Amino acid sequence: MTTTLTYGPARALPGEQIAITTNPDTEPFWLAAKEHRLTACQCADCGHFRMPPSPYCPECQSTAKQWPTLPGTATVFSFAICTKNPKNGEDYVYVPVVVDLDGAPGARLNANVSGCDAEDVHIGMKVAVDWTDIKDGWVLPNFRKA
Amino acid sequence: MAWVNQDKCAIVGVGATDYYVRGKSWPRTINDMAGEAILNACADAGISVKDIDGFAYYSTAGAGYLDKFDTASLMETLGIPHIGFSATLTSGGGGVAGAPGLAVAGLMNEDCKYVVTIMALQQLPQHRLGVVFGAAAPSPENSFLQPSGLVGPGHLMSVLARRHMHLYGTTREAFKEVVQATRANTHNRPKAVRKDPLTDEQYWGQPMLADPLCRLDFCLETDGAVAIITTTTERAKDCRHAPALIHGCTHGGQREWGRAFAWMGMPDPHFASSGHKYVADRLWEQTGLSAKDMDVALIYDHFSAMVLMQLEDYGFCEKGEANDYALAGKLRYDPATGCGVNGGVPVNTHGGNLNEAYIIGMTHVVEAVEQVRGTAINQVKDAEFALATGGPASLPVSGLVLRKA
Repeated sequence: MTTTLTYGPARALPGEQIAITTNPDTEPFWLAAKEHRLTACQCADCGHFRMPPSPYCPECQSTAKQWPTLPGTATVFSFAICTKNPKNGEDYVYVPVVVDLDGAPGARLNANVSGCDAEDVHIGMKVAVDWTDIKDGWVLPNFRKA
Repeated sequence: MAWVNQDKCAIVGVGATDYYVRGKSWPRTINDMAGEAILNACADAGISVKDIDGFAYYSTAGAGYLDKFDTASLMETLGIPHIGFSATLTSGGGGVAGAPGLAVAGLMNEDCKYVVTIMALQQLPQHRLGVVFGAAAPSPENSFLQPSGLVGPGHLMSVLARRHMHLYGTTREAFKEVVQATRANTHNRPKAVRKDPLTDEQYWGQPMLADPLCRLDFCLETDGAVAIITTTTERAKDCRHAPALIHGCTHGGQREWGRAFAWMGMPDPHFASSGHKYVADRLWEQTGLSAKDMDVALIYDHFSAMVLMQLEDYGFCEKGEANDYALAGKLRYDPATGCGVNGGVPVNTHGGNLNEAYIIGMTHVVEAVEQVRGTAINQVKDAEFALATGGPASLPVSGLVLRKA
């Protein structure tokens, strides 16, 4: 009885409804996003990636960080399909995805995916970064079917 | 090696308010409901409220994001003269089954004699659990989660459920079976919120809140309060009921699960799990028992899929086999025999968070007590051992084994 439901086009949530805050550990990620440059927090000593960015490398406890420019592509690790805008409850099909970032093993991002029907999203699907303007001049990395 | 405090403390009193659909408890207040649950638990134990001298909480005393109660206000409200112990397990509802272990710590240290564990919650319009993460102000950490629209606990757990389906072939039929098997246990429970039998058609007709989870895969949003009282087994002899011995009790977890609810970084196979493996292994080491020794399992069921993953982490079945375990009817309680079905251990004989009420897991502990007392409404025949769990949630999560005296 498990059937594939039909949802139609997946849309990213409206950027004007999305706000973020930063701290000194996370801000470089968001400053890079403003330049449409996808990065992830990497330990400058041992090379281990971690996301979200945090003060210490969990592998070697170093506080040294670097922010390499990533290819901007990723693979869907898992996802949900939602049908209501969380801000106002109106019908709105969006697909929250958890993606593995190419070029940053172990680092994942949570985002929306668009450019396809929601029911076509699948684990293992290749996606490419798609920049969404959000509140206060910040920019959010979402993804589009590659 | 057996736990040094094994069977040295016991739960001797349980008490609750009525269970209200979210928001319907007003104009009662949070301290009103907490007080009633505590007084009912004292009456059940046969002690005076003035005998209480300890508090062992979880969920940071007050469910974190809802209206608050705390030791000072409860002492003043109820006239508790003095306390020697007041502590809380960190994080959220994952601590419910570990809170009696915190009480054991206070009792064995001779800080106190009668310890209350309480959960009271009231979800007024401005405080609703189902959208708690989406409604929170942006923080540097949740700015990496909130914009995706994963606004509530169920949204987050749906992503884990999807990965479990991908890795192991788990089906929505198994989620349905969790809901139906536990719904079948509420028709005779006066206080249960959802009591009607659930047909296949009704389940499949539910709206999807976060595909692959539909509305009935999400637990109830409930107002109400539940309290339990823990004391030493020696002192329990003076109480009204046979004590429910605390045979094993663990809380904690491992880093790979970590921030869980606020994070999606868990590596496989932890991602598609309940994050309970570490506390489950410790619980079985403490007790020398295994899942198959349990007569009844009260599994924290905020979302149906997470019951399946706990059954795997506790070893009721192998990893990845919960789909077939559930579909074989092994979660079911058979009222005709008072036993499990097809070699399974009955799960959530009280209906659980999905059907009876969601008091952040406290009803599971109460049901575990009643089962080993032999007074449960859906009594498992000759129940000697009952398992109760707390979580999945951010660490710590927890597990409890009660033993018949």
